[in-house]
Amino acid sequence: MQNVDLQEIGLRDLNAMLHEQSSDTNQTAWEIDNPKGAHAIACGLDAPIEVTVKGSTGYYCAGMNKQATVNIKGSAGPGVAENMMSGKVVIEGDASQYAGATGHGGLLVIKGNASSRCGISMKGINIVVHGNIGHMSAFMAQSGNLVVCGDAGDALGDSCYEARLFVRGEVKSLGADCEKKEMRPEHIEILTELLAEAGCDANPEEFTRYGSARNLYNFDVDNAAAY
Amino acid sequence: MCGIVGLFLKDKSLEPRLGDMLTDMLITMTDRGPDSAGIAIYSEEKSGKTKLTVQSDTPEASYDGLQGALSKALACEVSIEIESTHAVLEIPLGVTARCRAVLAEIAPEVRLMSRGDRLEIYKEVGLPRDVAARFKVEKMSGSHGIGHTRMATESAVTTMGAHPFNTGDDQCLVHNGSLSNHNSLRRKLRREGIHIETENDTEVGAAYLTWQMQNGATLGEALQSSLDDLDGFFTFVVGTKDGFGVVRDPIACKPAVMAETDQYVAFGSEYRALVNLPGIEDARVWEPEPATVYFWNHTSDETTSEKAA
Repeated sequence: MQNVDLQEIGLRDLNAMLHEQSSDTNQTAWEIDNPKGAHAIACGLDAPIEVTVKGSTGYYCAGMNKQATVNIKGSAGPGVAENMMSGKVVIEGDASQYAGATGHGGLLVIKGNASSRCGISMKGINIVVHGNIGHMSAFMAQSGNLVVCGDAGDALGDSCYEARLFVRGEVKSLGADCEKKEMRPEHIEILTELLAEAGCDANPEEFTRYGSARNLYNFDVDNAAAY
Repeated sequence: MCGIVGLFLKDKSLEPRLGDMLTDMLITMTDRGPDSAGIAIYSEEKSGKTKLTVQSDTPEASYDGLQGALSKALACEVSIEIESTHAVLEIPLGVTARCRAVLAEIAPEVRLMSRGDRLEIYKEVGLPRDVAARFKVEKMSGSHGIGHTRMATESAVTTMGAHPFNTGDDQCLVHNGSLSNHNSLRRKLRREGIHIETENDTEVGAAYLTWQMQNGATLGEALQSSLDDLDGFFTFVVGTKDGFGVVRDPIACKPAVMAETDQYVAFGSEYRALVNLPGIEDARVWEPEPATVYFWNHTSDETTSEKAA
């Protein structure tokens, strides 16, 4: 176990050390003390290592993550796991706005609530939120799965493409071109797997699926006047 | 960007440390805005007295003999405490308007930063560390205070464009964001007789709240109606004589974090600003909801009310 005090070593040296790890590194477990809300902690990792941040983080923690597992033992600031490619990011507390934005792959687990714009423009990432999510979540979401065990705020899935949105609680309002969909066996299967992987015991049968009504995919001449 | 911090103390034993804690919080937010910095402090009220905080770019010349000249013109006792470019004028209750008129005549270069029984505002161009040191903010005590570090977007980088803004007795406001209907609203408020000093968007926001409260609204109600009447991005933190409020616009893209313990309620643009507060590890930490008014004062419990976006 490698133990690093961020206040002593500084952000650049910490991230440089983490970036030096290769896929066959022996230093697979890292603990970071005193994060104190710093920005860009454990960003751009690309090795199968496990990093545990012992406290709350600022902007862009675990951004662009590949392969690594990043655990945040507090809450995360804006843009956590932004553009994640693979690996896993687990937040014990809440996440601020645009968690998992533009993510291409991997799993983001938020054990508390996520605020606005969670999963905006997601492109293949899976996001499981144990609590609620804020407004404009999954805006222009392209692919991947967003699972919300609590409620969703206004304008869920506005202008979304092929991402699947599963919500157990209430949805305050749906965004443009987002609609309620049928839950088929394959969706229950996906959901069961994701919930298990995210350590959540919610019953998959209680969720509702939402997704694109696909009306905005093609130009409609009747809308010409709107432009 | 811009960085905001705010601290509302519930535990009186922390009051001597208010300036120190606020300064530390504000310095942490320096990289959110390097243009100007300011702090509003609500210190102890003196019976029968009120005060004006004023600023001059030529303090030696402006403040020399000012106390005597003001005392004579107002025919009452005026005390002055000078700190760098700022001076706090303590005057008897009820002469604020006359004092401003006299000041404009005998020392037109002197600008008003704040007025009120408890409020003092110190603000200048420069980094939080330098501005706070210049006015010895860390030594100040008080029951609540607000700080701001600015990245200018809507108006010039000047002392008058720095936050916090004060447009009514003991009222102040800081802002992260930009208002897009400030020109039309400024014209409207000026027609209503509200004094607006600058071309800055935030001052219009502050003046709007003052106007609402002059027409009988509570601060909570004024903040609530700002959600309808102000167009643009904003996270506001406001101070009144005994209270402290927060509101974010419905889109809520400007960041905000709050923390509450038995000892205080704290606000920061980022969690980083709060990490050195006592007992922060066990505080309730949350992100204020969009289009929701939060308000605390020393006479009642927390109030929040939500308005549909």
